[in-house]
Amino acid sequence: MKQLFKTVWLWLDDRIGISVLLAPMKHIAPQDAKWWYVFGTATLIAFVVQVASGVALAFSFIPSSSQAYETLVFITNTAPFGRFLRGLHYYGASAMVLMIGAHMAQTFLFGSYKFPREMTWTTGVCLLGFTLAMGFTGQLLRWDSTAAWSVVVAAEQAGRVPLVGDWLARFILGGNTIGGATLSRFFAIHVFVLPGIMFGFIGLHLWLVLRHGISEPPTAGKPVNPETYRKEYDELLKKSGRPFWPDLAWRDVIVCTALILTISLLAHFIGPPPLDNPPDPSVLAADPRPDWYLLWYFALLALIPVRIEGYVMILMPVLLGMLLLIIPVLNHKGERAASRRPWAIAVVCLSVIMIGSLWIEGQQSPWSPNFQALPLSEKVVGTTSGLVFQGAQLFHDKACLNCHLIQGYGGRRGPDLTHIADKLTHDNMVIRIVNGGNNMPAFGSSLKPQELDALVAFLQSRKRPLRPQDQPPTARN
Amino acid sequence: MNENITDHSVLNVEAPEAISRRRFFEKLSIALVGFCAAVVGIPLVGFIIAPLFRKPPENWVTVGKVNDFQIGKTVSVTVIDSSPLPWAGVTAKNAVWLRREDKSNFIAFSANCTHLGCPVRWMEGADLFMCPCHGGVYYRDGKVAAGPPPRPLFRYDVRVENGEVKMKSVVVPIVTTL
Repeated sequence: MKQLFKTVWLWLDDRIGISVLLAPMKHIAPQDAKWWYVFGTATLIAFVVQVASGVALAFSFIPSSSQAYETLVFITNTAPFGRFLRGLHYYGASAMVLMIGAHMAQTFLFGSYKFPREMTWTTGVCLLGFTLAMGFTGQLLRWDSTAAWSVVVAAEQAGRVPLVGDWLARFILGGNTIGGATLSRFFAIHVFVLPGIMFGFIGLHLWLVLRHGISEPPTAGKPVNPETYRKEYDELLKKSGRPFWPDLAWRDVIVCTALILTISLLAHFIGPPPLDNPPDPSVLAADPRPDWYLLWYFALLALIPVRIEGYVMILMPVLLGMLLLIIPVLNHKGERAASRRPWAIAVVCLSVIMIGSLWIEGQQSPWSPNFQALPLSEKVVGTTSGLVFQGAQLFHDKACLNCHLIQGYGGRRGPDLTHIADKLTHDNMVIRIVNGGNNMPAFGSSLKPQELDALVAFLQSRKRPLRPQDQPPTARN
Repeated sequence: MNENITDHSVLNVEAPEAISRRRFFEKLSIALVGFCAAVVGIPLVGFIIAPLFRKPPENWVTVGKVNDFQIGKTVSVTVIDSSPLPWAGVTAKNAVWLRREDKSNFIAFSANCTHLGCPVRWMEGADLFMCPCHGGVYYRDGKVAAGPPPRPLFRYDVRVENGEVKMKSVVVPIVTTL
């Protein structure tokens, strides 16, 4: 029997060339390429998980504007393993974004983008862009209210592109508004166009890794010299190189196993992101937000000054992409060690801090009104009758509470007014309410005089309680 | 090397007329490839970008009777796409904010924030439209009151005919200025 298997294997291997196909797995790599080098493989495995789980989901998902939501409900609540698969696809996407980020940071810090691996870096940057595009289009396929409105947001952003903006926006919408054509084009882009391009770029990226070899860990004081590098690298491999499989690949296998286990556990225990309301554009109580990996950009668009917003919206991604692409052109030789390139460490740290800070801001979204703000309780108002009480009611009814905090209740769009009476006089309050200013609407035309009096009375009651030592002697006794 | 296998890269020099014939077929092959790409590619690209050239229908859609709306009130009304694709489902519906100014005059505001298109909400007590995304605020006449919107809310054509309020089909307004 063993001989039979061997004969069959040899026949198949001869006719198909399996050994030849798998030979690159045994390419010689520097033996010091250890745990820092696992992120590329982890990204690839996350992509494979995405392809596999995506294909499975496509068995039940109908990319029709009228039926997609129902099929998602079916997949999530009824289909065996459907909830798990949706979760796997979501956390797989998150893992892919995280891993590609880590892979790029490691490559940048190790100076691996330098000669002769410039194009390896460039194809990787393109893959980062495609990954983010996959993330965004994938969120839209979660065809609920958030997804439908996110398409509008995407179209509006594209609309800012000079000259062709309106065309781009109509292309994204699939017409003049959300409709039957909208979802199916995003499905085609997410399932066929982008993955097809990504397969090509991943193949090219891997080919370049094989062609130029896995970069050796950098050594301080040993700069890259394009004239001698290849010879030195060949000598290094001859002296201490190891076949990637099986000598070096075990670390990649361990990390990829941990990655798959993590996303599987998250998919099982936490599950996929919940579906919002159906994608009915006539329901206006929607609050579209991007998934976490684009939340920082959502925050950026809220925080940048309005006068430069259009330029940031269009030019920033273009300039950022171009900068990433030309890094190896600008800096293709010299020191690779991060210890000799403090600016490289600063760039990575600042990028993480900037994206992290914007992400936290995006999570809190203090610029958004709090539409769930309830009327202030008696405990907060301090009375159940009189002008102060009426003012507290108006503070809610006139939507002041949607934007201002009172003792932790309300919105954060405007200043916290818990102790506003300590800062503004009666007249200042009247001027501010009537005229607005500093990103606050003017209420002069919508408030009656008695309503204004009540509002100001309420705000004047918002004082910091006096400490015992600040009270007059008679009150202390 | 196996002597039976012909190495095409080291063929001997050919007669001038043979070279000319081969160059002709080379150019013909390139032209045919281009022709085939055009035959397949032009309809393909045309099919994908067709929505760019689809004009919004010009017909008027009834959104309610005049007496359904109180003077001075702003309410959301649903406008159904008059020529939706058969599988559009709920996405054929759109909403606008309709305000009755007086006996016979109405203003229809787009529900899309002019900042990035998110759905603005009408805050009845405050007489304001508010956007949940980036905090855009508009007065009841659609002018920007606060936040990042670059221009007032868009307005749609609306008219009263035979006691009915009619609107043209809704188009998502795209802000094209930087």
